[in-house]
Amino acid sequence: MAQKLSDSRTDFPILDQEVNDERLVYLDNAATAQKPNQVVDALVHFYQHDNANVHRGVHTLAERATEAYENARHKVQHFIHAQKPTEIVFTKGATDGLNLVASTYGEANVQAGDEIVISIMEHHSNLIPWQQLAIKKHATLKYIELTADGELDMVDAVAKITDKTKIVAVAHASNVMGTVTPVKQLAKLAHEHGAIFVGDGAQSVPHMPVDVTDLDVDFYAFSGHKMMGPTGIGVLYGKEDLLQAMPPYQYGGEMIGFVHRDDSTWAELPWKFEAGTQNIAGAIGLGAAVDYLTNIGMDQVQAHEQKLVDYLLPKMESMPGVTVYGPQDPAKHTGVIAFNLDNLHPHDVATALDMEGVAVRAGHHCAQPLMDYLGLVATARASLYLYNTQADADKLLTALQETKEFFNHGTVKAE
Amino acid sequence: MGLSKLNSLYREVILDHADHPHHKHTLAESTNTITLKNPTCGDVINLEIKLTPDDKIADIGFTGDGCTISQSSASMMTDAVMGKSKEEALKMAKTFSDMAIGKEHAQADLDELQDAAILSNIMQFPARIKCATLSWWALQRALLEETDETSEEES
Ligand SMILES: Cc1ncc(COP(=O)(O)O)c(C=O)c1O
Repeated sequence: MAQKLSDSRTDFPILDQEVNDERLVYLDNAATAQKPNQVVDALVHFYQHDNANVHRGVHTLAERATEAYENARHKVQHFIHAQKPTEIVFTKGATDGLNLVASTYGEANVQAGDEIVISIMEHHSNLIPWQQLAIKKHATLKYIELTADGELDMVDAVAKITDKTKIVAVAHASNVMGTVTPVKQLAKLAHEHGAIFVGDGAQSVPHMPVDVTDLDVDFYAFSGHKMMGPTGIGVLYGKEDLLQAMPPYQYGGEMIGFVHRDDSTWAELPWKFEAGTQNIAGAIGLGAAVDYLTNIGMDQVQAHEQKLVDYLLPKMESMPGVTVYGPQDPAKHTGVIAFNLDNLHPHDVATALDMEGVAVRAGHHCAQPLMDYLGLVATARASLYLYNTQADADKLLTALQETKEFFNHGTVKAE
Repeated sequence: MGLSKLNSLYREVILDHADHPHHKHTLAESTNTITLKNPTCGDVINLEIKLTPDDKIADIGFTGDGCTISQSSASMMTDAVMGKSKEEALKMAKTFSDMAIGKEHAQADLDELQDAAILSNIMQFPARIKCATLSWWALQRALLEETDETSEEES
């Protein structure tokens, strides 16, 4: 049954509360998303009815748990249009998936003198694994720069990716600039030079249709919690032949074929990469989140957020004393809106907005090289999701106005 | 409630100090210096102190970037410890840290802190306690000649 987006708010009881005596307006979705009842219910149902370890027991509960866990893998597979379930590895999250690729594929394939190409707007989790790999292997880490309005500079990408490049790793959607990168083009460019392409889908998979087969990415990592699933579960998509050729990431139970005194063989894909007891409930909860998003339709989710951006962004941009980072054209801007108020530290702004019930993030958003590049110490960031409404956008605008007035006049009238 | 609660955090004195910070400059000569960062928000303080041979604070200055709370706290801190002995200043740093987490203190100790005592409200804003304590941490570490750069790890 297709679900109407406009009815979704009641699925999120957490949104129906007051903080600091004001209606909660949750605009920190790029950090983590709220969970609908359907996801919470799936977790409760699993623990109350089906809980057992997977792939280990012959008893009924173990069979049910295994089926539910593998079923979640199928849901994820179809959701991102992977060709086979064996290409879906459950991880702890995007960070875990990117580290997995760096320390297995990267470790085995990058040598002294090789190049790894990333972008200057990467989240630390798609930066440090490559930086450390480059240091260890005496390889060179290169950064693709941005255009004046904060988009990935494809001219620079063409210049930076060379025949020495072994890995290109770029976020599909930025957690600061509010931009989407041309991943399909980047993957093609990487392949033309014999390199592989790793996509960070942490900010894209929750918000837009993603088809890893069409994009022709080699690896693609994302987190469950940003798409309304539980924390501690994530996904690494990898092309089967690459996963097949890679050494395991961790050793232990579940990931083995046969273990002898002096050597071992590994389990089939994807279990080779799932050592130890996995986050079974988390995977099942993620499956429920995938169902929830599928019922609404990712086109609908994207259109809804775009409509809110079309409404909110120009109003923020035209507010005196407000600077919005990234493209000023709403059509090029996702629901991730980083901004600053003149002469105000984003922490002061975030505290003031919190007093108005509006939850935003303030800081460097785990992208310190990007902050340096932009000449900033930190920014505030409002980020939208499918349950946000125009009323939420209005509340943010009013709260911003009041925050400016408060700090201009040093005080506000008691209400 | 809305922004009216902010009045208790951003008192006029605090906003004054943030707008016109005292002792915000480098020193020509110093005996103890430190740079502290709060990696969560990017706040940085460089603190320079000139101690006399008998360990009195002859001069103190700070530079750096930060929010209203961290800047005004640094300004108020420098006012409060100027001319004090190393020991007195360390005791004040302890009083301030305790106050920030809501521990009871003798009124006489709080009076010693001068304007800085006004930040006692900070405990109502847990996310901002570190902004207020950064400069006092820097003071303590500089006086004890600890050179660690980071006040806490990014979470
Ligand atoms: C673009 C991007 N990549 C990676 C991550 C890391 O995600 P996680 O912390 O869930 O592993 C984030 C989360 O903030 C992100 O925004």
